[in-house]
Amino acid sequence: MPAMIELEDIHRLFRVGEETVHALDGIDLRIDTGEYVSVMGPSGSGKSTLLNLLGLLDRPSSGRYRLAGEDVTAMNEAQRADARNRLIGFVFQSFHLIPRLTAFENVELPMILAGIDPARRHEQVQQALHSLGLADRARHKPDQLSGGQRQRVAIARAIVNRPRLLLADEPTGNLDQKSGHEVIETLEALNRQGITLIVVTHDPALGERARRALTLVDGRIEADIRRPANGPATSGA
Amino acid sequence: MRAADIVVFSWRSLAGYRGRSLMVLLAMSIGVASVLLLTALGEGARRFVLGEFQSLGTHMLVVLPGRSETAGGALGNALGVIPRALTLDDARALRRDPSIASVAPLNVGEVQVQWRGRGRSVGLMGSSRELIDIRGWRMAAGRFLPAVDWDRSPPVCVIGHRIRNELFGRHAAIGQWLRLGPQRCRIIGVLAAQGKTIDVNLDEQVIVPVALAQSLLNVPSLFRIIIAVRSQAQMEHARRFILDTLKRRHHGEEDVTVITQDAVLETFDNILSALTYGISGIAAISLIVAGVLVMNVMLVVVTQRRSEIGLLKALGASRRGILALILGEAALLSLLGAALGLAVGLSGSALIRSQYPDLQASPPLWALFASVGVALATGLLFSLLPARRAARLDPVDALQRGRG
Repeated sequence: MPAMIELEDIHRLFRVGEETVHALDGIDLRIDTGEYVSVMGPSGSGKSTLLNLLGLLDRPSSGRYRLAGEDVTAMNEAQRADARNRLIGFVFQSFHLIPRLTAFENVELPMILAGIDPARRHEQVQQALHSLGLADRARHKPDQLSGGQRQRVAIARAIVNRPRLLLADEPTGNLDQKSGHEVIETLEALNRQGITLIVVTHDPALGERARRALTLVDGRIEADIRRPANGPATSGA
Repeated sequence: MRAADIVVFSWRSLAGYRGRSLMVLLAMSIGVASVLLLTALGEGARRFVLGEFQSLGTHMLVVLPGRSETAGGALGNALGVIPRALTLDDARALRRDPSIASVAPLNVGEVQVQWRGRGRSVGLMGSSRELIDIRGWRMAAGRFLPAVDWDRSPPVCVIGHRIRNELFGRHAAIGQWLRLGPQRCRIIGVLAAQGKTIDVNLDEQVIVPVALAQSLLNVPSLFRIIIAVRSQAQMEHARRFILDTLKRRHHGEEDVTVITQDAVLETFDNILSALTYGISGIAAISLIVAGVLVMNVMLVVVTQRRSEIGLLKALGASRRGILALILGEAALLSLLGAALGLAVGLSGSALIRSQYPDLQASPPLWALFASVGVALATGLLFSLLPARRAARLDPVDALQRGRG
């Protein structure tokens, strides 16, 4: 499998007052296309920083980052925005849906930002909503949806532009157990279709579902455990 | 991003924050509407005055005795000599140049008129056949003064519309003998209602042959000489001819003033235009105030929608994209406000026109473009700061603050 993510000696420093905090301290990491990786660690371990960096929302202080073969550390702001749009889908803990827009319009946003014409947008949004079982919720506003439905709308939005990398930050953190389970199964189903999935969580039960589990402590990779591929017993196909 | 999508997205956010959007809309529209209404009033006043002057007749020159400007050279003025009066012979002499179409002598005064015991004091005008063509008056009935030699004074008169109504009521006026002071004269014509023109109230005038007026008023001289020039191009030549001729006739002294209608017109035009620009400038200040309001609202928008801006960045909006969205929203808001202001301003000036038909108050074309342009420009200019602030937001920070 070709590499989706290659990190070489990544450092990320923050200045907090007089002190310099080493949020990431020399990370070397390779994640192949189609992998399912969880990132765990206590709070302050740098896992959010790593996720922001992988998602091109933040830049490393030093080191090199290649995403799908492209050196993104050399990119300017507009190029990174474009790469986020083409290659990456985000799923957030608090969904981040825009309340005044309908489910359809929320899912449409990445395609609008990409400047895609309305006819194609319509088709792809319908398809994304349909694949997440939300076809009948297209005209609902977020406050008319349950938590699980909201997160599924957010997932539809993350995949509508057909990205190659899906980054989920505590995707079940604001959900009850049942909805959380549905959401994680949805993400795993997308991974089986070929998308590279990285889930950041502090929930060990969730972290252990991934075939590869990274543990971060103090900005370093403390453990990198791979398991043989065996999806959850409940899944089909 | 496609422009149409920016408009739709902006529209949705404006609709999502209705109260705030309406407030800005109101401020913007008041600004635009006040610019339009004030320029409409200014323009209406300008047209009214110009129209009045134009109703005096075209290509008209007026000769009056005495020099209006201070003349250093003329010895007579320095010695305080009263300028020589204008006479009928002066007027006759002015007919000789090909540039001059016609000449009418004019005397004015007041006289007591009487018919079957009803009487009143009215304005008296002494002139000739030529006057009606120069001034372009219309007759309601009968005809104007006969074309006779200016020295002759046939006992005839033409009366104004209002005198006719007040003295004769339902009786026919034409052919009646009207008592004018010690004289009696036959009414041969009634002027059509002219309304108030800028110089005289024609509806309350009695017009008689110039020689008759001179004997009634007991003056040997003329009050004015009214001259029609053949064309605009010959104006200056005619003026020169008049001054030269009268100077020669008055023993080398230039003791008359020739007023061209254009000079007066231009002065009024300048004054009224300056006034219009001035008041519309004041009104434009309200547009700038509206611009400041747009800035405040957009700052609140940026602060309140931090997490949304962070999200848009995560979804692939670049700095320029965010800038375009915020400015798009401000532009839409300003344009809607300007459109509302246009509607209010235009219907307001239409209302003024329907209430006061004399005042053709319609905003000039430049005011339409300028007010909408200034509204849009201030809206965009004052949104630059909030938009830049939004574009520079750190997406990680923005997303985290929006949490919970």
